[in-house]
Amino acid sequence: MTDVPASFEKVFEPPDLLLRAEHSLCPGCGEPVALRMMLELIRELGLRERTICVAGIGCYTAFPMIMDVDVMQALHGRAPSVATGVKRVRPDAFVFTMQGDGDMVSEGLQEVIHAAARGEKFTAIVFNNAVFGETGGHMTAATVLGQHTKTTVGGRDRERHGSPIKICELVAQLEGAAYVARAAAHTPSAIKLAQQYLHDAFRAQLDGKGFSLVEILTMCPTDWFVTPDQGPAFLEKHLVPTYPLGVIKQ
Amino acid sequence: MSERVLMEGSAAMAESAVRAGCRFYAGYPITPSTEILEYMSVRLPQVGGTCMNAESEIEAIGMVWGAAGCGVRSMIASTGQGISLMQESFAELANAQIPVVAVNMCRGQGDYFQATRGGGHGDYRFIVLAPASAQEAVDLAQLAFHLADKWRNPVMIMGDFLLSHTSEIVDFRPPAFPELPPKSWAITGADGRRGITLSPLGPAEKLSTDIAAALSAATAKHGGIKGEETRAETGHLDDAELVVVAFGFPGRFAKYAVRLARERGLRVGFVRPISLWPFPSEVIAAAAARARAVAVFELNAGQMVEDVELAVRGRAPVHAIGGISHDHSGFGVGPLLNVELILQRIEEAYGTA
Repeated sequence: MTDVPASFEKVFEPPDLLLRAEHSLCPGCGEPVALRMMLELIRELGLRERTICVAGIGCYTAFPMIMDVDVMQALHGRAPSVATGVKRVRPDAFVFTMQGDGDMVSEGLQEVIHAAARGEKFTAIVFNNAVFGETGGHMTAATVLGQHTKTTVGGRDRERHGSPIKICELVAQLEGAAYVARAAAHTPSAIKLAQQYLHDAFRAQLDGKGFSLVEILTMCPTDWFVTPDQGPAFLEKHLVPTYPLGVIKQ
Repeated sequence: MSERVLMEGSAAMAESAVRAGCRFYAGYPITPSTEILEYMSVRLPQVGGTCMNAESEIEAIGMVWGAAGCGVRSMIASTGQGISLMQESFAELANAQIPVVAVNMCRGQGDYFQATRGGGHGDYRFIVLAPASAQEAVDLAQLAFHLADKWRNPVMIMGDFLLSHTSEIVDFRPPAFPELPPKSWAITGADGRRGITLSPLGPAEKLSTDIAAALSAATAKHGGIKGEETRAETGHLDDAELVVVAFGFPGRFAKYAVRLARERGLRVGFVRPISLWPFPSEVIAAAAARARAVAVFELNAGQMVEDVELAVRGRAPVHAIGGISHDHSGFGVGPLLNVELILQRIEEAYGTA
């Protein structure tokens, strides 16, 4: 650490629940932004001691080792059933899942639907970057029409590849879903809104209202094949039209 | 205090599990394991436990993963077909060292390889116990939960249609197991300590990256399990010229056939493996060293016979005298479950027929 001049005021520091203030993800990735929001909120609501995170498999699988909360690592797609077992035997715990779109919407779609239908009292968080990031840029069930991936060279085509699944709209129609919202991590105002949605979802769980889901659109410049600084604009231009931001159910 | 009641094998095993402290069960209905789910759905809420009628076998094992990972004794049951669907989770539960008890009420004995080798990926083992009666199912259910916690390893109980659906007198005698250490690995919320991770992918300690050490810890115990947890029932081995090996409920038929062979003056003994993994290789090898031949009776195309051959290592010829045996129901209760027929095959292997 370099010496900080006495005249400097500290206006920013990493959340204390982040054990190492660095991560192994790509430049411009949106997932660490979401991680920061979650950790800050856990601290703010005083939930650390009773938090249990159930993590899926994706780039964010690097997070459990740097989060100072208890984490159960689930298999690809299986976080909602694992979280169900956790919450049922520890009803006083604050339980949230962390999945990507490939994990939740492709591999484990029925898991989130069944958990929502049962009204399981945990919060599901999905980072949607519309691509399999960890494998190097392949189509998921959430890849938007026209999006270039290594398995949709030339763009996702409705006839050839089908249309993306809007997980929030799908889950919102289930009776057990108490709170459903879609946010994004690409601009300061979007982040502020995302913090609010996460807060309301956490509250829905703490108040025993039922299943809550927050989708956070995240940048993946590496697998969108753009430079890191182009990520936020790409998200706004290509993802938001398919995935409009806002509260879908409360 | 002992308590003798007449119960179906499924219900007896489920009751025994509850008495062993099982407080979470998840299952998906499938014959012939459904009665365990039915029993648990009524019984577990009476003791403050939870029974989940899951939407799929894959979700059922996920739920059991979550509950067991929190340190709660948890069980799942299915039949071979449903167990097939759980194999990915089985492999990784073993790597994460999460103790669960899995019951396979299989159809016939064709799931021997599935139980003892596993259908999942990577280096892992399940301890596999094969009861031959409702009473033994009661006793082994108790043992299964103890061993799962003792070794932090999943345990499978392999039964079948007859075990599941035959009503017998059982005695819920409380077992006397040594006390086990607290589950410091369990996920509880990080109250008063740093957070931990319970993962099949790596270590529990935050910031650690020693994956090889974590995976080695999950398999290093295999030798200890072999040394301490090998179990078998034997009979008439001292002067046996032919050793009959059979397991599970069909093992009872084979044992009776051996008794009839003895009454006819044939020097026949038997070994009934109670633990299928670890396999009682030493007792079989010792018996084979004194015998002329070994005969394996199992209701499949020949699976355990390979473990017997590995144990015998050429000391005596090994004959497969079982086979696939189904009636129209397909549940593994077929014409081979006939003591006269088994006796005839024993006599053929003995060389007197």
